Amino acid sequence: MFLDFFFNLRARGLKVTTHNWLSLLEALAKGLHGDSLDGFYAVARCLLVNTEGDYDVFDQVFAETFRGVAIDAQALLNNLDDWLKNPKKLEFLDPALREALKALDMQTLRRELMDRLKRQKERHEGGSHWIGTGGTSPFGQGGAHPSGIRIGGAGGGRSALIVADERRFQNFRRDLVLDTRQIASALKRLRKLSREDGEPELDLDGTIDATARNCGDIEVVMQPPRNNSVRLLLLLDVGGSMDPHAHLVSRLFSAAHQSGDFKELRTYYFHNCIYSKVYDDASFTDGIKTTELLRTLDRRWYVIIVGDAYMHPGELMMSSSDWWDSQRGPSGLNWLAKLADRFPRAAWLNPEPPRLWPHGTIAEIREVFPMYALTLDGLDEMVKGMRRPGDPRRRARVARLASTG
Amino acid sequence: MKRFTGTSQYIVSEELGRAVDVAVALGRPLLIKGEPGTGKTLLARDIANFFEAPFECWTVKSTTKAVDGLYQYDAVRRLHDSRFGDADVRNIEQYIELGPVGRAFTNAERVVLLIDEIDKADMEFPNDLLHELDTMSFTIAETGREVVAAKRPVVIITSNNEKELPDAFLRRCVFHWIAFPGRELMQRIVRVHHPDIEDNLLASALQAFYRLRSVDGLRKPPSTSELIDWISALRHSGMDPAKLLGSGLPFLGTLLKKEQDIELVGKQVRRGMFGKR
Repeated sequence: MFLDFFFNLRARGLKVTTHNWLSLLEALAKGLHGDSLDGFYAVARCLLVNTEGDYDVFDQVFAETFRGVAIDAQALLNNLDDWLKNPKKLEFLDPALREALKALDMQTLRRELMDRLKRQKERHEGGSHWIGTGGTSPFGQGGAHPSGIRIGGAGGGRSALIVADERRFQNFRRDLVLDTRQIASALKRLRKLSREDGEPELDLDGTIDATARNCGDIEVVMQPPRNNSVRLLLLLDVGGSMDPHAHLVSRLFSAAHQSGDFKELRTYYFHNCIYSKVYDDASFTDGIKTTELLRTLDRRWYVIIVGDAYMHPGELMMSSSDWWDSQRGPSGLNWLAKLADRFPRAAWLNPEPPRLWPHGTIAEIREVFPMYALTLDGLDEMVKGMRRPGDPRRRARVARLASTG
Repeated sequence: MKRFTGTSQYIVSEELGRAVDVAVALGRPLLIKGEPGTGKTLLARDIANFFEAPFECWTVKSTTKAVDGLYQYDAVRRLHDSRFGDADVRNIEQYIELGPVGRAFTNAERVVLLIDEIDKADMEFPNDLLHELDTMSFTIAETGREVVAAKRPVVIITSNNEKELPDAFLRRCVFHWIAFPGRELMQRIVRVHHPDIEDNLLASALQAFYRLRSVDGLRKPPSTSELIDWISALRHSGMDPAKLLGSGLPFLGTLLKKEQDIELVGKQVRRGMFGKR
């Protein structure tokens, strides 16, 4: 049962490692759980989970795995106590296993666990879900093993299961909420430090070096401090289908400003798709020509476009957001390709859930920009993606698209 | 081994107590996260008091580097001495000053070492400390001297979630998130700070406090430390507890620190949402 717990946690995406699990066994062997299910819950959680975002999943798995225990806790407990007093009484173990159990010490337990983990990996890759041998495995049954895990009575006060069932930590799930501060800390990781300008500071190594060359007469060397050299261009889609996401986008916007860590940060707005102009504010009065952006900003700029990429296919092909504007020119898709071509470090953040992405205009735009979800995980992915060189195939396609307009 | 239960100055939840036990028994760093004002930093001091161990605190800033905590090599002073001083500059040891981690390692007793707000530093900072915390030893590059911990210190690390910590680092830590205390625990906590508080004042203050916390859209919900300050203010002014639930909230500024929050709550008070039950 306990090994089941481990694999259930892993199956639900928690990054629990063998290392964690062995620490748990070590802690249990030292009796830190105080022989209670509550204690086991607390000890297991602090060793197996390392971010509050995973508390909720942990609670769920804990409740699922040990629910049977809770219902039948007393019966199980009696059984275990009986068995501890007189192993022969336990009907559901065959004699061979009972012998094996008796012989197991902590070292053997560990070896056995490692062995099983290895086997589990093979089977897991085969695609079937491994099911513990429950009552007859030394780990599953470890609760009764003198050197293993012991299930005690329901601890004082609230039972760990009730606590787990409450799912108190639902709010911390990473895939759900984006806080301004969290966005800011995600964006902060975009920084790249370099010495360009700023108030000079003492360069110690340089000073020592120069002093030595100067036969010991102190020669002070100064240098500019290390600063973030990242320049960020933020393009935000507003209005229409973006209205439901306005709150989220405004948070991203304020986070980008708050983090204040960028060498330069420029924000422009657009509606639906980028055409020949982008705007200073959401009322679309003053703006700047897109060609000017392409001309004045160099390739080192990072570009983040936030939008649902969801529009009528015609809009992607039009040359202006204004139906009546008969002026001929590059289509929306073409403008996007020009941007992507000019700025290799560009990404598209989409507040719509990824399941909608394989269709329509979203799919088209994904060909041009790497697309990420506007969630904390998505932002993390984006930051990672922007630090890597772009996909050469996408770059080639984008270059082709950009030159056709 | 003694189980950590907190001292009379600091109330711990059952789960937090266990986490401390596990960290102490396994000799792993304990990583503490939680809302601001839930007593993350105080915990380390209390653990030191509880185990009657010496205490070292390393407050991390945005410019802190990992090596600063181990030791500092004062090259500028040595340079100065080489030109103007009369000290023997060949003896590098005299220009080495141990940092908090170094001092914790060299202490003959088991030290409680607090690394406060580790997320303030550069992203690579925790990774740079991995080896030192794992082996509890480091080498002073300038002299080649190896500093090995005499007794494995109890390491407490706090984080405010400003930066994500690296996985490799997290894996080595015992982790605990200090959840916001529920009403019962909060009562005990308040009594630590106000031992002679009247029951009815405490009850109405808590009721008003939790109602305030449940207001939707607060940017910075008030925390334990704000509650304690607020109660001090209430007692100082001799506020009648019965009035607390009737007429809005006095001394709102001690509870809410953001202008928008005060405005938001002010609106609700005017609409009578804090008036009657």
